[in-house]
Amino acid sequence: MTARDLGFARTGETIFGPVTFVLRAGGLLAIGGANGAGKTTLLHVLAGLLAPSMGTLATEFGEVGHAPGSSRVALVGHHNGLKLDLSARANLRFREALHGAEESQTVDKALAHVGLAGYESLALRELSAGQRRRVALAALARSRATLWLLDEPFANLDAEGRSLVSTLIAAQRERGGMVALTTHGADVLPADTTHCRLGAAT
Amino acid sequence: MTGTPVGAAAALFRRDLQLAVRRPDDALQPLLFAVIVAALFPFALGADATRLAPIAGGVAWVVALLSLLIGLDAVYRGDEEDGSLDQLLVSGQPLALLCAARMLAHWLVVGLPLVLVAPVLARLLGMPPNAWPVAIASLSLGTGVLVAIGHVCAALAVAAKRSVILVPLLVLPLAVPVLIFGAGAVQATLSGLSPTVPLLMLAAGLALAIPLAPLACAAALRLNAG
Repeated sequence: MTARDLGFARTGETIFGPVTFVLRAGGLLAIGGANGAGKTTLLHVLAGLLAPSMGTLATEFGEVGHAPGSSRVALVGHHNGLKLDLSARANLRFREALHGAEESQTVDKALAHVGLAGYESLALRELSAGQRRRVALAALARSRATLWLLDEPFANLDAEGRSLVSTLIAAQRERGGMVALTTHGADVLPADTTHCRLGAAT
Repeated sequence: MTGTPVGAAAALFRRDLQLAVRRPDDALQPLLFAVIVAALFPFALGADATRLAPIAGGVAWVVALLSLLIGLDAVYRGDEEDGSLDQLLVSGQPLALLCAARMLAHWLVVGLPLVLVAPVLARLLGMPPNAWPVAIASLSLGTGVLVAIGHVCAALAVAAKRSVILVPLLVLPLAVPVLIFGAGAVQATLSGLSPTVPLLMLAAGLALAIPLAPLACAAALRLNAG
């Protein structure tokens, strides 16, 4: 994925950019910057939710781990994209139908892996914020998307949860997938991370 | 398992029905509103059938239209607020198909019950029984068109801060033709005329809405993404 002078403006006001970076297969991109610097907006541009207002973005999706019918992009945003009135299991089943999922990882296995064994049938409303985040991570773990976009993936998690995120990211990179995440700068990231710092909003 | 377009749409349809079962209040509120309003008319105008019967068709249709507006603004706002909408958008599945699945689920949850209680509304409003089948037929077709229009407007207003006010304002002008033909079909029957033409107009509206509304809905959601 190559971004050249990428930027986004809303009603004439620049939200971020221009930024330039290259993200290769197996690479990790960390997007840093102060609050309001446009980190989330950049992620949304990378996800294809927003069209860039300047510069170019070229994404080449390798076929690594990718099967026809499954989504190319996996997004874990500020909001988990889960329904609080449904159980963890129902939420994951729905996401599987929507995005496709790794067959070897069953729903219950993925939930056990993120430490939610025994909570499969409870409505998410009854779980804590950190536990809901873990359900979103279980969905991510089952994803076969080439590009992972994670908005502050370490927020709201305990030490064990944070190391879980690191493990998931490492596994995705090992498969040859790409990961882009936003960070406040306090998170521990591998040494080979590509950094991209956004300036303060003007 | 891979996420096929039809499988994804079916899963979304199932999800919306499951959510309606988990939150029955949201589904029952429009129905309760319709029955209460229809029950109040005889008290306000007197139970004299000669006064109520001539306006029964129009009143039943206004009641149905207004009750469908309840909660309409939240159709896509809920998905927007919890991030589900972003998941639908990045999935790469045909968004129009997903929108169509949501419309069908919404009609089953809100529209169909309204059609089923139509005889109750008709009885409360003193509508002569010979007009009941036409009232039910016009409501079946009309509620479908109204749900389709409503979803497009809700999708357009999903990012708006005051969508509670905005959505009804967007829907009402588009809903007026549906109201005219729907109430017109019942009135025609009551005056001894054939309701065929207004019913056919409603059917034409539905035939137009079924392919076009999901496309418009998908375009509106993409416009508001991010």
